[in-house]
Amino acid sequence: MRITVRFFAILKDRAGVDSTRLELTDGSRISDAMKLLETQFASIKPQLARAAVAINRNYEKTDSILQDGDELALLPPVSGG
Amino acid sequence: MAADWIEILATPLDVTAAAKFVSHPSAGGIDLFLGTTRSEKSADGRELIALDYEAYAEMAKSQLGALAQRARQRWPIVQIAILHRIGRVAVGEPSVIVAVSTPHRAEAFEACRFVIDELKKDVAIWKKEIWSDGSGTWVNAG
Repeated sequence: MRITVRFFAILKDRAGVDSTRLELTDGSRISDAMKLLETQFASIKPQLARAAVAINRNYEKTDSILQDGDELALLPPVSGG
Repeated sequence: MAADWIEILATPLDVTAAAKFVSHPSAGGIDLFLGTTRSEKSADGRELIALDYEAYAEMAKSQLGALAQRARQRWPIVQIAILHRIGRVAVGEPSVIVAVSTPHRAEAFEACRFVIDELKKDVAIWKKEIWSDGSGTWVNAG
């Protein structure tokens, strides 16, 4: 399956791109996608550890299973307001 | 009663428009909160000139809509507007407006405070401090 990954704020700066696509085996969890991202974007490793994750614009836990076509967003600690 | 006014905007926020939006004959109190960029000086003498805001706009907008609904469940809100700016916000300018109208003032104060406090907890928005030497630092990024 293929998913879209979106980076925000410091993660976007460190990754150098605002999005990427990942090819994963069916049944993969968010944590599997994050491991793959760490190898593709070594520069984001420290921030990835502190990031929250959202699938299709809703917060999820990292053991949630991904579906084909999902939009996985990596969200550093928020600071709005 | 009109729908809530929830928006992520790349243009300066219009305080008068927000106050007007929540004005209503059945509301006896309007509470208007503005969050503004505060001037700061770093330890090594640099001045803060602005904050750069970034949002995951689609998610943030839906979170703000849900937050307005949570506030409506707790207080008799007549009208509510939550507006957040993205892009560069200079010192003194507002980055966020929460406007709430209710029949009586106590509810307006409480609901407005609830919304801004909750907004800061988990809505997908980030700010970067922009300093006089041109450098930038993400707030809370570790």
